[in-house]
Amino acid sequence: MAKTITAPRPPALVRELTRAERWKIRGPLLPALIFTILLTQLPFLLTLIYSFQSWSLLSNKPAQFNGGANYLTTVQDEIFWRSIGNTGVMTGVSTVACIVIGLLLALLLNHTFPGRGIARTLAITPFFVMPVAVTLFWRSAMFDPGFGLLGWFSRLVGLPAISWLSEYPMAALIILLTWRFTPFAMLILIAGLQSAPQEQLEAARVDGAGPLRQFRFILIPHLRPYIELAALLLAMNLIQTFGEIALLTAGGPAFGTTNITYYIYLKGFNGFDFGTASALGIAALLITIALVLPALRLLSGIFQKEGRR
Amino acid sequence: MTATTSLPPAEVRARTHVVIRRPKPTKHLKNVLMGVGGWLGSLILFLPIAYMLLKSFQTESDAAAATPKVFFAPTMENYEDVFSAGFWPYAINSLIVVVVSTLVVLVLAVPAAYALSVRPVEKAQDGLFFFISTKMMPMAAAIIPVYVIATALGVLNTLGILIVMHIGMNLPLAIWMIRSFMQEIPEEILEAASVDGASRWRAARSIILPLVRPGLASTALLCAVFSWNEYFFAVNLTNSTSTLPLFLQKFLSFGELYTAHVAAAATLLSIPVIIAGWMAQKSLVRGLLFGAVK
Repeated sequence: MAKTITAPRPPALVRELTRAERWKIRGPLLPALIFTILLTQLPFLLTLIYSFQSWSLLSNKPAQFNGGANYLTTVQDEIFWRSIGNTGVMTGVSTVACIVIGLLLALLLNHTFPGRGIARTLAITPFFVMPVAVTLFWRSAMFDPGFGLLGWFSRLVGLPAISWLSEYPMAALIILLTWRFTPFAMLILIAGLQSAPQEQLEAARVDGAGPLRQFRFILIPHLRPYIELAALLLAMNLIQTFGEIALLTAGGPAFGTTNITYYIYLKGFNGFDFGTASALGIAALLITIALVLPALRLLSGIFQKEGRR
Repeated sequence: MTATTSLPPAEVRARTHVVIRRPKPTKHLKNVLMGVGGWLGSLILFLPIAYMLLKSFQTESDAAAATPKVFFAPTMENYEDVFSAGFWPYAINSLIVVVVSTLVVLVLAVPAAYALSVRPVEKAQDGLFFFISTKMMPMAAAIIPVYVIATALGVLNTLGILIVMHIGMNLPLAIWMIRSFMQEIPEEILEAASVDGASRWRAARSIILPLVRPGLASTALLCAVFSWNEYFFAVNLTNSTSTLPLFLQKFLSFGELYTAHVAAAATLLSIPVIIAGWMAQKSLVRGLLFGAVK
């Protein structure tokens, strides 16, 4: 345990390195670095350029600089604002649900009981199954009011079966996303629980603190960075939701479940308006960066704390 | 020094306390409840997958019954229909994309992780955070230029473009994971290697690589899972030459969406990733948290 060093090691050499030596050290990093820069930074740059052009594949006119017209269209576009709102609801509600259920499961599964390993394995499985496949399965076998499992459950308890996809498409999406991403939150929170300060908990127990007080005053403060990081990573994944929307609701009805990612797809690959789609892309980028920066800060915090152990 | 030694450590105090404390009958009950709760929660999460497996062996009329049937005459018909609907070309494509992209990811990530941990470049931490930040960017913001460039290069609707995108998608994750495994190699082993006069290349190959091999395996498994499941690039950049998620979409777009067939195809396509995921389970948290936590 004590041997585990997570922070980068200090360079072993004290002597100044020559130029050639430094490049020799950098060498192994360069292929991955150059590939990543080309593949990830270049497209964003191009997206930014396209976003200032009028460029539709439907007209024969070549791409032309049009100032901020795409951005003007975007902010005046009611569906754009609705897609931002949908993104917020979808991401926010699913993230909170995943964290709450994930924390509950993590607390239960952190306890020793017979068959815990198997139970954990079963619980993480929704995170692996092919999203496209399970989305299509949920669409008919779970959500269908006639023969879906959820409909059967509600009839079982004496409620009318809900036609989820036509009446509550957003709720249906959130249920599906929460199911798929709860294991993700659970795993991160189990990792947090495993590094919980055992001595403090033991001392609290000795001093007569009940489980609730232990949870409130020791576990929650300890878990806080893990909860925050899990929430941010979840939010980053959920903001990008695409397949579930495409296959469950196709963004409808009346753009009611269209998020920003799906709207970019609709504008770019259904409407072939590359300029406006690019402006939307820049908007998505800005929203994501607002989430990424705190996530990176948190991660580097955990990173350093773990390194000290 | 003396002041601290006069107090027994926390564990000893706790142990003596446990001996004195009267056994609580509620303690046992609490354990049972936690166990039952743990199993119940896990089973609820797993239920849709179990249900999918069950439905995949039903006939369409059994699958459309209002009350779910648990007892029925099982049929393999749905699976046969999946296989005869042009499954294999897509499966082979998926396999090619997964294997090639994962191998290239490893070839790029191992040296990069080495240069960020064992023999770090200056500002290694900045490098690490650059990689991770690319993983967090929305793919939708990059898809238009990628589509335009792919069209210009004539690689639209090829496996090549998918392989390149999957490498970009998985590379940051792999670098972070492999790096975290390399960090765990005790310093003494590396020092001993250099004292022995082993060249750095030989030390890397004969000492570091074998030590991180289990880590490489689970990294590869996770990358393979994400590559196998990937849909966004597949649907936007390819059409006829594509991977299994697109097969599924096409398979089901003929006529009605039929539950038993969906279940069979979904089960079939999910089995490899479920197995890979279960195998990589131990290192999963490391992968999800980019190696910041073990």
